[in-house]
Amino acid sequence: MTVITKQDVNPTAHLTPEDIEQIGVELDAIRQSVIDDRGESDAKYIRRVIDTQRKLELGSRAVLLFSALPPAWLLGTAGLAVAKILENMEIGHNVMHGQWDWMRDPKIHSTTWEWDNASTAEGWKHSHNEIHHTYTNIVGKDNDLGYGIMRVDEDQRWIPMYLAQPVWNFINACFFEYGIAAYDLELGKNLSMPKEKRSEEFKRRAKNTLRKIRQQATKDYVVHPALSIPTGSFLPTLAANFTANLVRNLWSHSVIMCGHFPEGVETFEKKAIPDNETRGEWYVRQMLGSANISGSKAMHLMTGNLSHQIEHHLFPDLPSNRYAEVAPKVKALFDKYDLNYHEAPLPAQVYSAWHKVVRLSLPNGFLATTTAKNLPQQMKMLYAMTTGDKKTRRVAQLRLEQQARRIERAKAEKQATAAA
Amino acid sequence: MSSFSPLLQSAGRRRTTWSEVRTRLEKVANAAVTPLMPADYLDLFHPLRSGAPLRGRIVELVPETKDAATIVLKPGSDWAGHVPGQYLRIGIDVDGVRQWRAYSLTHGPRADGLISITVKAVPGGKVSNHLVHSCPVGSVVHLEQATGEFVLPETLTSDPAGTKLLFVTAGSGVTPVIGMLRNLFPVADEGVVHLDRSRGLDITVVHVAPTRPDSIFLRDLEALDASGSIRLVARYDDQHGLLDVAELATLVPDLAERTTYACGPGGLLDALDAHHAEAGLDLFTEQFRPALVAVGDGGEVSFTSGASVTADGATTLLDAGESAGVLMPSGCRMGVCFGCVVPLREGSVRDLRNGEITTAVPGETAPEGVPIQTCISAAAGPCHIGC
Repeated sequence: MTVITKQDVNPTAHLTPEDIEQIGVELDAIRQSVIDDRGESDAKYIRRVIDTQRKLELGSRAVLLFSALPPAWLLGTAGLAVAKILENMEIGHNVMHGQWDWMRDPKIHSTTWEWDNASTAEGWKHSHNEIHHTYTNIVGKDNDLGYGIMRVDEDQRWIPMYLAQPVWNFINACFFEYGIAAYDLELGKNLSMPKEKRSEEFKRRAKNTLRKIRQQATKDYVVHPALSIPTGSFLPTLAANFTANLVRNLWSHSVIMCGHFPEGVETFEKKAIPDNETRGEWYVRQMLGSANISGSKAMHLMTGNLSHQIEHHLFPDLPSNRYAEVAPKVKALFDKYDLNYHEAPLPAQVYSAWHKVVRLSLPNGFLATTTAKNLPQQMKMLYAMTTGDKKTRRVAQLRLEQQARRIERAKAEKQATAAA
Repeated sequence: MSSFSPLLQSAGRRRTTWSEVRTRLEKVANAAVTPLMPADYLDLFHPLRSGAPLRGRIVELVPETKDAATIVLKPGSDWAGHVPGQYLRIGIDVDGVRQWRAYSLTHGPRADGLISITVKAVPGGKVSNHLVHSCPVGSVVHLEQATGEFVLPETLTSDPAGTKLLFVTAGSGVTPVIGMLRNLFPVADEGVVHLDRSRGLDITVVHVAPTRPDSIFLRDLEALDASGSIRLVARYDDQHGLLDVAELATLVPDLAERTTYACGPGGLLDALDAHHAEAGLDLFTEQFRPALVAVGDGGEVSFTSGASVTADGATTLLDAGESAGVLMPSGCRMGVCFGCVVPLREGSVRDLRNGEITTAVPGETAPEGVPIQTCISAAAGPCHIGC
């Protein structure tokens, strides 16, 4: 989807400034109703999740001491993968968002939590809480739109490197915890600078990240395998831990992709966002820039309630166990103001997100204008665009977009006459 | 002599090797559970163990009156004991939020190692009402070691005979004295037990209260008075008028022969201080400060770094601090990212989004202060920020 300000019909065009402010008022009221009600049962919830997760991890690692036995390997690896997913998603991500700060428990607090991940809590909190949640889906400001290695919006200019983005995406998915660490450090930008010019802040964060990676790798690939030596399970435990990390990476990457990449999620133009964006305007941007996953309670738990991405983006600091409860009220608000509540089951959203990654690996309009008949010519043009200079690309791009628009209009006319 | 040295030397080497082994094991344990600590897992199974942060388990609730109860706790293994008159700070979760309060230890020390506090439910009091009316027996609470210098001298227990004491207590200031008196004169079913450590002790208690309360503590005092263990002089503002310290000599004729212990609000203690200093008499005090939270609109914001600035009720603490040159962490500046959280050590602040007030009372709220978001909070009276 291109940014809303460049679409034929801006999905917020029918909202008056008063509507937008009223949306803000109503969402603030929903938020306050949860805050007023927050108490013992919520505290019990998170403590139970943490208790269960820690015992699951402990038990799984204990079972993996015997990982040379296939049943132990399978059971331990599955348990450890679930434990890592729970820790990262339902616990770590949410605690770091400050969702549980209200309990005033120094051990379950955004200022003290360090998570079971190669990236540091500090790095994550900066790039996720501060940047992504403030500048959600603003092209050019929210780097979660592609993580700097992919294009996920028509308004991100196509360059040849994106042809390989399905591959980059998959590799990133497999090693996601390292991808996040590199992303949090803005590694691309900082490493391209000469060493002397790099900021002290970057050097400090890089050092901390390297230390975190070393501690995590030592834990999973040295200490626990070593503890399994008495049962001859060194290599099986190493493989088990690698697999558990891989499963967590793939799962969390998929869930995160579902949050903003499925087709139909809106993006926003930097210059169309006012400097002093009002609360109502910020809310509307969060509403349209997020997508939900529908499914079972188990699925909601395993996604860390990011399946309620819309509710999470509206209320990032409310306890995650409350998102399901406020979802119907939020959806009712969408309906009231005629806005699209983007929600679909997990396979559909994952497919849609990957579809976009593949579609936009090619220049805008390429897929729309390519048929079986003209494939050879299209491929030739693509080759020219890939190997040619900027001017060649620009000219070809414009022509493609023109052709794509013509096809769109022809299709629309056909539909109109068919309806008549 | 010299024949012993090799033995001692080898024993020393073995001890060193064991501590080296322990350090190694600790390092492995840490490396195996990072980024958590082994303690985080041990806490799931044995929260009262030695080496853990001090906690206690509530083992019994003994109702005393309709609004007071004694809570009996099993303290963690590292509990260092207490001297009657001391108090502890207890951190307990009420409605999911950790609250800290100070309560005098009103019994013991007990032979079975349990400790107890007697709590009176204060109208509107969050923690006292929770403890008295919905006490979560069996749950784990957080503790700090017993503290306080309002204790009887050690020499007393060895030779009490002839010692004359005066306790002047006002309001809840009676609780440490209760702790001392219960230790000196334990009450069993048959009545007051007479112990060696209190034989011959001559104690007068002047208890001041706004009105004659139906309080557990007053009953204890009256019972001890009835049994002749102490002499109670109860003074109620509504019956006898406000206590004038100058009257003390009339109420307690042999005042000059007694060592005075006083516990209550600052006004009373200051008056006693002046009175006793003039008369050349010994005085030991402990101040029980009522949690007076005057919530206002804006106020003086002070920072631990030394800076101080006056801010109005619409200026965020973040803006106020930055204008005063304080290095403040920040992020989205709109309350979303929690990148600006620092501790509020004292005073009140208001959440500019919904008007909610957060208050920190040193000695009551958590030792480190209460974490707040500075980008959406404004001063609600004078406050002190930890950065």
